[in-house]
Amino acid sequence: MTADVMSATALTRRKTRWFMVGAFAVAAIAFVVIAAGGINKNLVYYWTPSDLYGAGDKAYGATIRLGGMVAKGSIHNLGGTSGVEFDVKDATRVVHVKSNGVPPQMFRENIGVVVEGTMTRGGYFESNRLMVSHGNDYKAPEKGHPVDKQELQRLMRSTEGLSNS
Amino acid sequence: MTGSVGQFLVLLSLLVATTGAMIGFYAGRVRTKEAVEWARKFAYLYAACMIGATLVMEYALLTHDFRVGYVEQVGSRAVPMWVTIVSLWSSLEGSILFWGFILAIYIAGAVRFTKNEHADFMGDSIGVWLSCAIFFSYLIAAPANPFGLVANPPFDGPGPNPLLQNHLLMIIHPPFLYLGYVGMTIPFGFASAALMRGRLGAGFLRPIRASLLLPWCFLTIAIMLGGWWAYEVLGWGGYWAWDPVENASLLPWLTATAALHSAIVMERRGVLKGWTVTLVQASFLLTVLGTFMTRSGVFNSVHSFTQSAIGPTILVFLAAALLFAIVLLSMRIDSLEAEGRIDGAVSREGMFLVNNLLFVLLTFTILIGTAFPLIVEAFKGKQMSVGRPYFDAMVVPIGTALLFLLGVGPALPWGRAKQGQALRLLLPPAALGVLVAGAGFALGSSNFWTLLTLFFGGYAAHVTMAEMWSPVAARMKRGENVGTAVMQAQVRRGRRRFGSYVVHAGAVITIVAIAVSSTMRTSRELQLEKGQTATVGKYGVTFLGAEDRQEPHRLSTIARFRITKNGKEIATLAPRMNQYQTMREPIGSPDVYSTLAGDFYISLMNVDVPTQRVGISVYQTPMIAWIWISVILMGLGGLIALIPARAPRVAIASEPVLPGGVPAES
Repeated sequence: MTADVMSATALTRRKTRWFMVGAFAVAAIAFVVIAAGGINKNLVYYWTPSDLYGAGDKAYGATIRLGGMVAKGSIHNLGGTSGVEFDVKDATRVVHVKSNGVPPQMFRENIGVVVEGTMTRGGYFESNRLMVSHGNDYKAPEKGHPVDKQELQRLMRSTEGLSNS
Repeated sequence: MTGSVGQFLVLLSLLVATTGAMIGFYAGRVRTKEAVEWARKFAYLYAACMIGATLVMEYALLTHDFRVGYVEQVGSRAVPMWVTIVSLWSSLEGSILFWGFILAIYIAGAVRFTKNEHADFMGDSIGVWLSCAIFFSYLIAAPANPFGLVANPPFDGPGPNPLLQNHLLMIIHPPFLYLGYVGMTIPFGFASAALMRGRLGAGFLRPIRASLLLPWCFLTIAIMLGGWWAYEVLGWGGYWAWDPVENASLLPWLTATAALHSAIVMERRGVLKGWTVTLVQASFLLTVLGTFMTRSGVFNSVHSFTQSAIGPTILVFLAAALLFAIVLLSMRIDSLEAEGRIDGAVSREGMFLVNNLLFVLLTFTILIGTAFPLIVEAFKGKQMSVGRPYFDAMVVPIGTALLFLLGVGPALPWGRAKQGQALRLLLPPAALGVLVAGAGFALGSSNFWTLLTLFFGGYAAHVTMAEMWSPVAARMKRGENVGTAVMQAQVRRGRRRFGSYVVHAGAVITIVAIAVSSTMRTSRELQLEKGQTATVGKYGVTFLGAEDRQEPHRLSTIARFRITKNGKEIATLAPRMNQYQTMREPIGSPDVYSTLAGDFYISLMNVDVPTQRVGISVYQTPMIAWIWISVILMGLGGLIALIPARAPRVAIASEPVLPGGVPAES
């Protein structure tokens, strides 16, 4: 009699254990699927103007941090808090950027910038965030100081001036 | 001369740690009192070397001895003395030395507090601690040597990173973080010793729990200080950006919190032993991973110092520690078999279990989001990051569920609850939940998650207060007056229980404040001329003017604003741009008018002194000050729980954990 009861409990226990393992596996798979989907939807690409053109249709609507140099003579202040328009260029390509909000103190021509936003079908880049490249190490400000590529990459990864938008 | 003394002490510490680790493991094998005694002596000796080396470095900094490499790098005669003192942790080499210093204090403390106890596992524990010490002494001795000799010492140096000088919080945040991070080494050592010994008894649980709780308290406060600093300095009006480095500090906190909870189930029911040990080990490994992420330059943020060569070295250490942990676990996990079992899901232990799964889920969510870009870059060479919406979308539901458990868990009894009983216990707190959510709705919150958080928050607050009150009420029923009942129940006998409910109360306020402040924040950008006034909601902002001010180590441009609320003047805010001599670009310094109801925050975007024009961002954030206060409350609660109740040694020894049994207190 005791043996029967014992094996019965052992059986239920084994069943419960398998049920637990199964439930756990299902939950784990669901989690991975949800997480992977979430990551895929919310990637932020770090691109240069050339990368942006190279990406084609993928650029429309994706979140992009575009890094490059502000082209000479391209800055148009829209007045007040409505923002600025300017061109961001690298060695080969130029992207027209409309940035809303007040530009930071150091914003000027021929300086490295990173703008965050997306490419619109209207052919311009709409940015809601503008960061100016600056180094931590002291260097005397040179005329026509070339844009430091590493410095731009550093800026792309920074969270400086990050907003919730 | 000074440099040579420091160098010598570091090399000596390396030698002592190596010898001591070997003696420790030997003592773990033979378990004689004498061997353990020798291991203890070497642990103290290591601590003395490391503390001595740090003091030598401080001496070199204070005497501006520019012959010492680190002093040449961060020292300056122009900065105030407190800046000189804290510049020990302002750059890579010094911060690693500071790490060794904290590790030394922890090891010495752990050896001191386990005096006369646990002789049979102290050997292995000391062995593991000193093995970690070998690694850090090696870092200090070779790849990140702060004592390098400078051939042609300059008369003056550049001074430490301006960010460190810019705000007081930047000075206290690193020590707290180190105390949290480094402290995880101690429970890791205990847990590893438990696995080596193949048994985890009740007497072993106490040192693991205590040594985990102490760094947990520091880490809790450190994470908050980091967020607070970002809020006060970075100028974007927020405190948390899911920056990889921020995540790095949160990951071990999550696993440590889970471990503190599973340790309670282990104590009460004799289950989850292997699980608890795994969580303790994971917490340590995640601190090493965090160190790798912040110190190797793979991520760029305010935390990464110059590109350094210690990244690969830390990675090797991480791999070795991971391998050690996995091998130990897989070899010994069977010996940590459960002595009891969990009877039903609707019980306190059932809720503990779900709590643990959620904490681990949260850890994985954040770990995946943080590591994904690194993996893509390593294999495909493409650069990207995972945006904030991913973290928000994943973390908000899990966080809300944890708040739900924070209310429901303590309301349920241990063991199997009868159907009517569970309902009777769970229903009444809902009233306060409805009340709080209703109040939130009336004050203008319409976000679903915020209202749900408010409901669960009110619910959990009711349960927490009831649990804190119940031992007092029981004593008052027996005829004690209020004063003595509170003294006896909370302060003298139930400190651990009381402390954990203080932590819970802090956690409830923190989660509610996070939900409210993040969903009800408003921001505006303004362009103002001198004397011009703009209206932002109930507030009026008048630009009074901007001026330059020369200070010894920086040039500040200060803009002043008069803030009015409903027409009445409440404050003058003066955000600045600080230009340090050693940096090309200015650092903004926002200014905040802070009240318990909400903050009014002004950040300078640009300022032109000759024409007296400014561009500013204005943020209004309700309840944000509650986050800082309530997290400090959490840390304090943890410390209260840490103070041992009366005569713990005797109490633990005479209190066997029976399977399914319920010990008298807590």
